Amino acid sequence: MAATKGEKLLEVSGLSMDFGGLRAIDNIGFELFAGEIVALIGPNGAGKTTVFNCITGIYEPTMGDVTIHPPGGTCRRINGMKPNSITSLGMARTFQNIRLFPAMTVLENVMIGRHCRTGSTIIDAILSSRRSRREEKETVDKSYRLLQKVGLADVADEFSRNLSYGAQRRLEIARALATDPFLLLLDEPAAGMNPQETHELDELIVRIRAEEQVAILLIEHDMKLVMNISDRIYVMEYGKEIAQGTPREIKENPKVIEAYLGEEVHA
Amino acid sequence: MDFEYLFELLCSGVVKGSIYALIALGYTMVYGIIQLINFAHGEVYMIGAFVAFIVTGVLTLSGHSGLTVLLLAALAAVIYAAAYGYTLEKIAYRPLRNAPRLSPLISAIGASIFLMNFVQLVQTPDFLPFPELISDFDFMEPISRYLSSVDLIILIVTTVTMIALTVLIKYTRTGKAMRATQQDMIMARLSGINVDRVISATFIIGSVLAAIAGVLIASRTGQINSAIGFTAGLKAFTAAVLGGIGNIPGAVLGGLVLGIAETLGAGYISSAYEDVFAFGLLVLILTLRPSGLLGKAVKQKV
Amino acid sequence: MAHFKRSLGIGLWFMFLTLPLMVVRVNTISREVEWRWYNLAWAGLCAFVIAWFWQFSIERRTARRAQVAANPHPAVEKLSLVQRLADDPVLSRRLLAVAAVVAIIFPWLVSTGQNFYHVNVMVSALIFVVLGLGLNITVGLAGLLDLGYIAFFAVGAYTYALLSKNFDLGFWTCLPLGGLMSMLFGVILGFPILRLRGDYLAIVTLGFASITKIVLENWDTLFGGAAGIANIPRPEFFGMALDSRQKSVYTYYIVLALVAVTIFVTNRLKNSRAGRAWMALREDEIASVAMGVDMARTKLSAYALGAFWAGLVGVVFAAHNNFINPDSFTFMDSAMILAMVVLGGMGSILGVIIAALALKLLPEYLRAFAEYRMLVFGAVMVLMMIFRPQGLINNMRRKYEYDTAQGGKDNGGN
Repeated sequence: MAATKGEKLLEVSGLSMDFGGLRAIDNIGFELFAGEIVALIGPNGAGKTTVFNCITGIYEPTMGDVTIHPPGGTCRRINGMKPNSITSLGMARTFQNIRLFPAMTVLENVMIGRHCRTGSTIIDAILSSRRSRREEKETVDKSYRLLQKVGLADVADEFSRNLSYGAQRRLEIARALATDPFLLLLDEPAAGMNPQETHELDELIVRIRAEEQVAILLIEHDMKLVMNISDRIYVMEYGKEIAQGTPREIKENPKVIEAYLGEEVHA
Repeated sequence: MDFEYLFELLCSGVVKGSIYALIALGYTMVYGIIQLINFAHGEVYMIGAFVAFIVTGVLTLSGHSGLTVLLLAALAAVIYAAAYGYTLEKIAYRPLRNAPRLSPLISAIGASIFLMNFVQLVQTPDFLPFPELISDFDFMEPISRYLSSVDLIILIVTTVTMIALTVLIKYTRTGKAMRATQQDMIMARLSGINVDRVISATFIIGSVLAAIAGVLIASRTGQINSAIGFTAGLKAFTAAVLGGIGNIPGAVLGGLVLGIAETLGAGYISSAYEDVFAFGLLVLILTLRPSGLLGKAVKQKV
Repeated sequence: MAHFKRSLGIGLWFMFLTLPLMVVRVNTISREVEWRWYNLAWAGLCAFVIAWFWQFSIERRTARRAQVAANPHPAVEKLSLVQRLADDPVLSRRLLAVAAVVAIIFPWLVSTGQNFYHVNVMVSALIFVVLGLGLNITVGLAGLLDLGYIAFFAVGAYTYALLSKNFDLGFWTCLPLGGLMSMLFGVILGFPILRLRGDYLAIVTLGFASITKIVLENWDTLFGGAAGIANIPRPEFFGMALDSRQKSVYTYYIVLALVAVTIFVTNRLKNSRAGRAWMALREDEIASVAMGVDMARTKLSAYALGAFWAGLVGVVFAAHNNFINPDSFTFMDSAMILAMVVLGGMGSILGVIIAALALKLLPEYLRAFAEYRMLVFGAVMVLMMIFRPQGLINNMRRKYEYDTAQGGKDNGGN
């Protein structure tokens, strides 16, 4: 799975999405390379989450191309593919408004992520076949290891609805990682976290990139976090892309400052 | 092709359809506001018919007759249906306002079963003859093959009711509050609308319409029993979905289309399978165009 | 005092509500009006008492929720007796063994000579246990609200009746065929409708069941119409002739074995890749597909599997009754099976079994209750959703065993 650094993983061009007569995103284009952390920022309602939804197949974009280049695989245009197929190709996401499975345990939540990497059928399960037993063990082990990584191993058997807000966000990350992605899309992972938690998240994201060899595309409002960890940043406003560049360039870009007028650009 | 027969069927279909539309309005209005299929709506309709039956029974047996009886019976039916609709929402749905989606639906099914069996226990499981209260008008004689006097009354009443409903929703305070709540419940609440009261009002209006439909159908078919609410409810729901659930003109259109389709199917193919055409249409529309004829496709927010 | 006043008000309101329906009864044949004023007093009194309890319960519910919201990690979680029993593996295994032994010797305990009424009652009850467990897969585990489940039961029953009548096929050949036939119906029906939202699905399945019943009633030449099909053979036993008591006992064991198999299979599936995917879809469809779960296939498998059990036990039903007609497959039967799943706790095997036995046996032995059966079921469904949506018995999640030493925060895994 490991991608060589600098290899292109995702290419988005001319992406537009209409809701009724309303154009939510307009002609967005960006790309993402192996080993990168790229942030997508912009004021509320700029259409960032819609971009995520178009890339991950929740929405079918009105126009444009989304092409992925899985490391070691062939490049594919994925517009209009079903979300689960896109996940099996190696892109996984988290949700802005946490979407866990509340009545399942923390461990089981992560185990769902392994679904597309395993293949035991109902018959396997009923007969408890060798394949099913092997896959179950692998699933449990891998899931538990991911929980350790995000620091939730000690609550593995709790129901996920009983976790704190910050812990639920980390659980979403673990669940997404369980699908063996080469590209991880995080939708406001720090929302609702206190400064201490945000700081830990900062470290976690960087560590995940190194250890799991994933590239990360990130939507975030916490500018300190964004400026700290991103290699590059794209800025959106009213559905359009208004700037791109390194954190330093973005900080000094007059358009960005204007868009964020009233909102503080920290750090 | 026999055009006279076709015309006869069409007339009957429109009459039937306009009654479906009355019941469908209740489904659609409730769904529009709290996204719940009010499964017990058919039961409210049935209770309306039963109250009307009881009032007419008591009055005719004590020697009254004619239009006064009908009006009094209809009034009682409307009052009681409204009371039941209001109470139903308070007991079975309000405590589940923030529950997972399936919970209020299961509660609604439970309420429906409860009411159906309640009426069956305290009244009777048998069919009861509903007295003929509308005498035949002389001027209807030449076209009575297509449209009976009862049918004429049905068409007039449904039309008037629908116009009244439109006025209510478009121009009154309650109507405006209902539309606001339908668009965005949280914003409506923030702008000072008493959402609970709006929801109650919606249930009451829907139940009133159902009760009117109940009295009308009972006088047309001439009989009622405790199970009529189930089938009628299911068909009215089909009509609501057909037109696009949550959409008020859609419910009327859906009712008419369903009524006509059903009568044509029964008239040309087989009357035993009348209900099959209705449900078949429901399956078809949900599979091909779940948003209905007039509904807009809504993207689920992620 | 406030409670008292409110309850009084509610009591009066219900007296008004029930006034025409409970008091007046018009007899259209003798042309008399019967006035039952005593009913009004009853209605008022009952409403008053229930309103009183209702207010306390709602307050308790609100308080409990506030407490959970304030402290999401209770140090000691309150567990019900049943749950503590089930958490104790030795004790629960012993209880299971006792239950199994009682189930096996049951026919010899209650039937003597020609009296085997209780065995027949138990066969009917166990048939509904299987139906409850089957629907539990569809509704409880996968969250697909199926209001037409009884139609699959009908498909199984009619498959056996027709195959044995027209082709002389035996019970044991038809048992799997009935299940497969239902499953086929489930797949064909499920394919177009399973992408619908939950509440639409409920209505469409209901419509489907109504269609099935109408077709059965009206297609006389094939299905025997409203009269149904009679003289369906009982299960054969290696060609030996059995008297009617032996036949009942034999059927009892067949359906008992079916219950055991159903429990075994559901238990295996609950904690499997497929079972977890079902539950995930039940909890959140969008999150599930985003995590790589194929929605169409997963839903279809749950739906078809539920249908399979209904078909299987439908064959047993036809064989046990010797006779079937469309009246055995009404919406009220679907609703009753749903009530079993709701009452027992969605997804909980033990809960569904207890609920199914209770709902089937109580009306049988308490004749007074039988009349009010559906009334009570309806009320129970409403009350359960409001006060105990998880059912009588919580669906317990298995704790997986894992090697805590492996990997870890510090050495970074991989």
